[in-house]
Parts: sequence; C-alpha cells; structure tokens
Amino acid sequence: MTEGGGFLPIIAMLPFLGALLPGLMIRAGRNVCAVTTAMPTILALVMLAILAPSVFSGEVIEAEIAWLPALGLKASFFLDGLGLLFAGMILGVGLLITLYARFYLAGEDPMGVFYTYLLLFQGAMLGIVISDNILLLLIFWELTSLSSFLLIGYWKHLPEGRQGARMALAVTGGGGLAMIGGMLILGNIAGSYELTEILAETEAIQASDWYLPALILILLGTFTKSAQFPFHFWLPHAMAAPTPVSAYLHSATMVKAGVFLMARLWPVLAGTDAWFYIVATTGLVTMVIGALIALFKDDLKALLAFSTVSHLGLLTMLLGFGTPVAAGVAVFHIINHLTFKASLFMCAGIVDHEAHTRDIKRLGGLASLMPVTFAISTVAALSMAGIPLFNGFLSKELMLEEAAHTTWAGNPQIVGIVATIGALLSVAYSFRFVAHVFLGPVRDDYPHKPHDPPFGMYAAPALLAVLVVLIGVFPAATVEPLVNLTAGAVTGQEMHMHLKLWHGVTPALFMSVIAVVGGAILLGLHRPLDRLWIAMPRPEAKVIFDWIVRQAATVSGRIAEGTHNGAISRYLAIFTAATVVLGYLAWAGGGMAPATREMLPIPPVVGVGWVMLLGATLAVVVMHRNRFRALVLIGIIGLMISAGFVYMSAPDLALTQISVETVTIILLLLALHFMPKETPRESGPALRLRDAVIALGAGGGVAMLTYAFLRRDFSTISDFHLENSYSGGGGTNVVNVILVDFRGYDTFGEIIVLGIAGLTIYALMEALLAGPASRRLRNWDFSRDRSRDRHPLMMVVATRVMMPIAAVVGLYIFLRGHNQPGGGFVAGLVISIALLMQYMASGFAWTQGRQRIEYHSMIGSGVVIAGLTGVGAWFAGQPFLTSAFGYVHLPPIEEFELATAALFDLGVFLAVLGAVMLTLYSLSRIARYAGETVNIGPMDYDPSQPPEEMAREEAERREEEG
Amino acid sequence: MITYALLFAFACFGAGLLFNLWRIAVGPDVADRILALDTMVINAIALMVLYGIWRGTAVYFEASLLIAMVGFISTVAYCRFVLRGDIIE
Repeated sequence: MTEGGGFLPIIAMLPFLGALLPGLMIRAGRNVCAVTTAMPTILALVMLAILAPSVFSGEVIEAEIAWLPALGLKASFFLDGLGLLFAGMILGVGLLITLYARFYLAGEDPMGVFYTYLLLFQGAMLGIVISDNILLLLIFWELTSLSSFLLIGYWKHLPEGRQGARMALAVTGGGGLAMIGGMLILGNIAGSYELTEILAETEAIQASDWYLPALILILLGTFTKSAQFPFHFWLPHAMAAPTPVSAYLHSATMVKAGVFLMARLWPVLAGTDAWFYIVATTGLVTMVIGALIALFKDDLKALLAFSTVSHLGLLTMLLGFGTPVAAGVAVFHIINHLTFKASLFMCAGIVDHEAHTRDIKRLGGLASLMPVTFAISTVAALSMAGIPLFNGFLSKELMLEEAAHTTWAGNPQIVGIVATIGALLSVAYSFRFVAHVFLGPVRDDYPHKPHDPPFGMYAAPALLAVLVVLIGVFPAATVEPLVNLTAGAVTGQEMHMHLKLWHGVTPALFMSVIAVVGGAILLGLHRPLDRLWIAMPRPEAKVIFDWIVRQAATVSGRIAEGTHNGAISRYLAIFTAATVVLGYLAWAGGGMAPATREMLPIPPVVGVGWVMLLGATLAVVVMHRNRFRALVLIGIIGLMISAGFVYMSAPDLALTQISVETVTIILLLLALHFMPKETPRESGPALRLRDAVIALGAGGGVAMLTYAFLRRDFSTISDFHLENSYSGGGGTNVVNVILVDFRGYDTFGEIIVLGIAGLTIYALMEALLAGPASRRLRNWDFSRDRSRDRHPLMMVVATRVMMPIAAVVGLYIFLRGHNQPGGGFVAGLVISIALLMQYMASGFAWTQGRQRIEYHSMIGSGVVIAGLTGVGAWFAGQPFLTSAFGYVHLPPIEEFELATAALFDLGVFLAVLGAVMLTLYSLSRIARYAGETVNIGPMDYDPSQPPEEMAREEAERREEEG
Repeated sequence: MITYALLFAFACFGAGLLFNLWRIAVGPDVADRILALDTMVINAIALMVLYGIWRGTAVYFEASLLIAMVGFISTVAYCRFVLRGDIIE
C-alpha cells in the first residue's frame, strides 16, 4: 500500500455507505436529502483532490486488502492518471446531477429512492475505474448494470421505462457475461488478476493463442456497455429514464465504462491487426450510423442518445487506431464530450420540464422565451458540432487529423472520408438541435408555456458550458496537463501533446470546413430528407430485440419442458442412462488393471442370503403394484442387508440399517394408510420397456463395477482412517471417528439437512391439511372391516416393559460409540423406535400428552450443540470442528475418555431423534383430520382401573365415535 | 463336535430362510407373509448367533440382541396396518 493508498478503499466505499442515507433523510425534506446525497460525493472528491498532486507527479497510488487470496481475489485499488480523470468525472458530474435532480424531480417522484440508486450507481462506477484486481472490477461492472437497471426503470409506472431498463440489463448484462470469460482468460495468460501486473505482460498476452478469444470476449463486454453497433439499440431506449439519469449515465459514466476499459487495457490489447480492424471499424461504423439516425430523431433525448452513440463510436475508433496520439485524442475527447453532452442532456431536460414536450416538431422559437437555456444549449451544441472556440472543435480536428493518416485494408482515404461524413452528420444534428428548438418563430401551441427554470436547475449545465468555452479557448492552460497525464496512463508512455486552436492549414482543417458547410446544407434540406427517411423501411431494433428474446424464451422453454417436465421418472431415466453411458465410456477407455484377486468360495449360508436378496428383489419387481406387499418384501431386503453387514464385520452398519429399516417401514405404513393401496398402471408397454432396459443397464453396471473393484487391489482412504483413528480422533471405532471427526463437517451438514427435512414434512403437512385435502380427509371412507382391538392390552404392556430397556440400550450405544460399535445416529434411532412403540400401542393423543419436549426444539438444539462443539475448537485456535480428547481417572470407576466428539455426537443424536419423531408426528396428524377419535386412556381395557370408570369412558368414546 | 452341530444348524436355519421366502412370495394371505417375515427375522438372528459362535466373538450377539429388540416392531406395525389401517391412532 503506497502513501495515501488508504484513501482509495474509502473512496470506493463512500457512495455505497452514503446510499443508505437518502432514503432516511427524505423525511427531513427534499433539500436535506439532496445535501445528504452530495456529502459522500464531496468527501470523495476532496480525497481525490488530496491524492491528485501525487498522481500528477507520476506516482501510482495503490491499496490492497486481502479478500479471497486463494482465488486470486483481492480488494486492490490503484489510482493513476486514467483512474483520476474518470473518478473526477464520475464524482464531479455526479455532484452536478445531484443538484440538477433536486429541481428536476417532481413532487410525486420518490426522491430518496432516486438518490439511493444514484449513489449505488456512482459507487459501482467508481469501483470500476479504481479497481486493480480485475475480478473486483468485474463485480463493480455487474453492479453498474444492476444499478443502472434500477435507475433507467425509475419511473416504474411507465412501460417504456421498464422495457428500456430490461433491455439495457439484458444487453449490458449479456456483454458482462462475455467479459467475465475474457477477463479470466486474460488473467490466466498473464498469471495474475492484478491490472498493474497484467499491463506489464503485453508481449506474453499478444503472443498467446488465447489472445483473440480474450480480445473478442472483452470487446463484447465493452461494446455492449458503450453501445457500439450492433449493440447500440439499448441506449436510446434507456432514454425513458428521468433526464438526470440520462445525463449521468449516457454522457459521463455508464457508457463510458466500455471506453474506459478499452483505454485501460489499451497497452496489452491494442496494436494488433485484430484490434485495429475490430475496434476501429466498429467505432467508425457506429459513429456514422449513430449520427445519421440522430439527425432524423424528433425526440430531443433520442437525438442526444444517438449522438452519444456516435461520439462513443468516435472514441472507440480513436482507441482502435492503436497509436499513442490517437489514444491521447480519445482522452481529450472524453473530457470534451462529457462537458457538452451532459450540458445538452440537462438542457433537453429543462425544455421537457418547461414545455412539457421533447418533440422537436412541436418546438421552435424558444430562444426568446428561454434565453438562458438557449445560450447554454447553443454553446454546447456548437461544441458538439465542432465549431472553433469551443472544445469540441479541438478534439474533432485532432480526430480528423488521425483519421486522415489511417490506412484501412490498404486504402489510405477511406477512413478519412467516412470520418468526415460522420462529422458532417454530427454538425447537421447539432445545428438542428439549436435551429429547430430555439430558433424560428414563437409558436402558440406549446403544451405548456415555457420560460427559464430556476437558477438551481440551469446552474449545472451553465457551469459545464463555461468549461466548454474555457477549454475551447485555453486548452493548453486548462486541460493539457490532465490530458497528457491520462494519455500517459493509457498508453504507458510519456505523452507530450500540445493542444492549441490553430494548427495551420492541414487536411483536418479542410475536412472540418467540408463538415460544417455540408452539415449546414444538410440541415437546410432536412424537411424533404426527413420525409424520405420516414418513408424508407428501416429495421426497428426493439422489434428485433423483442423477437430474439421471445425466440430465446421459446427455445429455452422447449428445452426446459423437454428435460424438466416434472415427471421424476424422466429425470431418473436421463440421470441413470447418462451415468451408465459415462461408466461404459470410462470402462471402454481402457486403463483397467487386470484382476489380481482370486475368486473366493461361496459359503452355503451366504449363498442362501444371496438367493433371498435376489428372490425378494425379483418379487418386488413382480408385485410392486400391491404396495403393502412390496413393503413386506422390502423388509426382507433390509434384513438381508443387515445380516450381510454383520457377516462383513460391520456391526455398526447392521445396527443402523436395521433401525433405519424399522423406522422407514413405520413411516411408510403411516403414509400408506391415506394412499391408494395399489399403484395404477400409468405407462404404456414402450415406456415400461425403456424403463426396464435402463434399470437392467444400471443394475448390471453397478454389479460389474463392484465385481471389478472386488477383484482388484487398490489403495483407498480407509487405510488412512484406520491408521489415524485412534491417534488423531481418540477412538477405536473407526466408523464413528469418521462420522464425528474426520468427516465431521459432512455430518454437521447432514444433520442440518435431516432437521430441515423433518421440518419441511411438518410444514408441508400443515399446508396440506389447511387446504382442500383436509375436506377430502373429512369425507374419508373408513368402511373397511376393522378389528375392534384398538389398543390391545398385551401390546401396551409389552411396549411399556420394552421402553426402559430400549432407552438404556440407546444410552449404552450412544456412550460407547466412540470406541465400540454405536454412536449418536444409531442411538437416536433406537430411542425413537422405543418412542414409536408407545405411539403405536397407546395411540397418538395419550403419548403426545406425555411428551414434554417439542420435537422442533430437539432438532434445533441438536444442530446448535453440534455447531457449538465445532465453534469451540476456535477458542483453542483450531479450525472448525477439530476434536479434542483426554483421559480422566476418577477413583471409583475405571479410567475413561472424554472427547468433544461425544458432545458433537449428542447433537447428532438429538437431531436424528427430533427429525424422526417430528416426521411421525406430522404423518399421524393426518388421521385427526380424517375425523378419527382419540383415546384418553392408555389401552382398551385397563385392569388397574375400577370397572365402572372404564365403562363410563367406554360410553364416552362410543358417543364420540357416534 | 461343535463344528458339526454348527454346520447342521446353519443348514437348518438357512433352509428355514428359504422356506420363509417361499411363503412370502406365494402368500396366499397377508397374514402368512407377515408371519413369514417375522420368522425370517428370528432365523436371521439365529444365524448371526451361530456365526458368532463359529468365529468365537461376542460382537454378533450384540447385533442380534438389537435386531431382536427392534425386529418385532415392524411386525407389529404391519399387523396394525392390516387390522386397523392406521398404525398410530
């Protein structure tokens, strides 16, 4: 960080912080709000002014804050001549716009919102121009697209505003996407994401094979942002925004961002043929087309918009020439364009504000009615036309000079000629702005009687107009040092441009004269030409854009509906088939080592298990339409897999499997009660055949994969786990140590997911039962022949006896989990099974009445305990979830281990228990809605109660059941 | 001697499992299937215990105890489903 570098992040942050204020301060009045908005801008300007002398002395001010260093993302800023110029423009014009908007916005417009958007946008722009890290720059770049969307669509009630905002976002956002790609390539070639380092890698970048893709992608970003042909169409549509927005975005900031970036990357990208032909040609074409359309636009702001397009083309062309002098001229014109165009936009806004129309055909003769506006507009428009004594003349002369000396595809004249045509058209529309709006006879059919606005409104454009003249007359004294400094920063070499009014008799002078005279003649012929223009068929950009958007939406809709039609069978089919194909490709690619392991003999009992698994699986396939039967068969599969785990010396997994199996069956049966007992046949034979093929392919593939692995020796991560389980995790039960220590982070995520699943089922059920489903449930037909044995005595007593045993087993499994088979997950399942038994035996209401802790909070506390255990590691200076353990010896009992992992396991236990019980609770609640009655007593016949009381209860119940 | 006894027991319980499977597959009644599944659980527990004896380790006993503790719950659930429809009333 260099001296003064500390200011840079503050400058970048100020507008964003300031954006919080206007929304609040508007309550104190419009003036206070405007002043509050101006404060961060003024502060930033002051800081910039403090830094300016060092920049002028040739220093580059840098600041860096580490952000995500692993990704190469640093919040690093730097300020050189180019950054200084743009930052000054953004802040300076921002300040003027703040003032102007205070008077422009009507009483019913929410001013606080406007200023908030404005500051957000200003911050994003500032970020672009002072970012050093290109990833950071990209973030700011996207922010300008987003905040300009808000600004352009500020008048939400106008459809043009909304559509214009959408179009601007689509075009600039799309270009931004391309640019992300280009910037990443660029950073990759240069080996750094810091602009200051990239700028030093010119040769490496231009020699790289990736130069052209990077160039094209980056140019896509800059061309869309700077409205270059053929992406120019969004800019005029963005004119639906309030005029302050247009003046800010389209003279000084947003559209200049593309130009800025081209200038910023000029040293590394410019100078090649590709750069020259793409950039200079695009610029040239844009300049002429923009100027031509501008001449025939009747809307004042549309005229200025296309004029902006044209001038951006001019800047792009100059940068595209690739010579240092041309780049210097571009810098000079950036300043000039800012002054006259911002001023003209504000004048157009004033005319609109006062005359209530911007239609040139309805205006004319305003000179005597609005003398001040007339004077300002004339100065600015003459500058735009390139008339001597105004600053536009100087840069236009220099531009023509450069164009005259440029050879395009072997033709030394063409660029000069086309540039002169562009200048000629530019003169014509500039004159038209003055002549058709202010000159001519005073009319009596203005929508509103116009007069000059209050001082506050014309102060900003007037100031800019003064600058226009000052720079135009004394260029050397006013902007020459700044231009040389900035041009030096752009080109990376010392620049000594001498700006003066009189250059002698040069080709450019002749071209200028032709342009001015021709422009005047063209304006004289405007009326017939205009009729011709209107009669001529021309492509309407908005129609084309809308058509493209519609087509894109249709195509993506078709793709989305083709692949995402909501049928899970299709998703699974696609996913499974793709997996099988990938697996096959991997296998066909070779590289499989020959089998190294001998086949083992099959013990008969294992063979029986295998037959059982296979038989049950086939039976499920055959009988799956009868859902209950399928559930019974699935029970076999679960049992056999548990037995297999036992046989393979994985008692942990066996315990878990059998508990999961039991809970699953209970939950499925609960749900099945309210579902059809048969699965209807929904798909035809062809579809079933497809599914069968996919299923066989997937099953066969997995079997082959397993077989292939079992026949070969390979090293896995298991060895690491086995070696480090005791030394690293303090447990001899590797499975548990993996769960709570090695992969603790996974487990933490999983219990959260489990908890969310439980809560989601609860929430879904809540919504379901509040809707039409509950009415259907109320009319549920329970006419099936039922056993009258609702809560059998035998079962109630048996489950009561089992309850403490199961609880103790659960506790035991939990406690020893770290070193012996067990753990929080299994323990949670065992306890929940113990509770489930009570629900089944004595019914929902009786059991629920005895439940003290809400299941929701059980899930929550589980996750919190696990999380806090993880956080605890931070206090020991360790990463999240690092476990610690120690051995404690208390005299009466044996030495035992205390591990933080056990605490984490407690969290797992609670989350599992809570989620399972909440799901059960949610599912069994359905029955309440189906009008089933609940029992108060624990069982149908309670021998411990006196018979008369039982009889009374029985009578009550019969009454309830009706 | 114990080896032969074990082998004999393995054979019996293994055959038992296969018969259970047969019963579940052909039915004919839901009750037959549930009973067969319950018997299957018992047979599987027996096999695990036998395997523990064969290998001379206690770990399998525990697993079988746990299966015994929770294994009957699903049977109860199936039965309640058949008898009452709703397993938690």
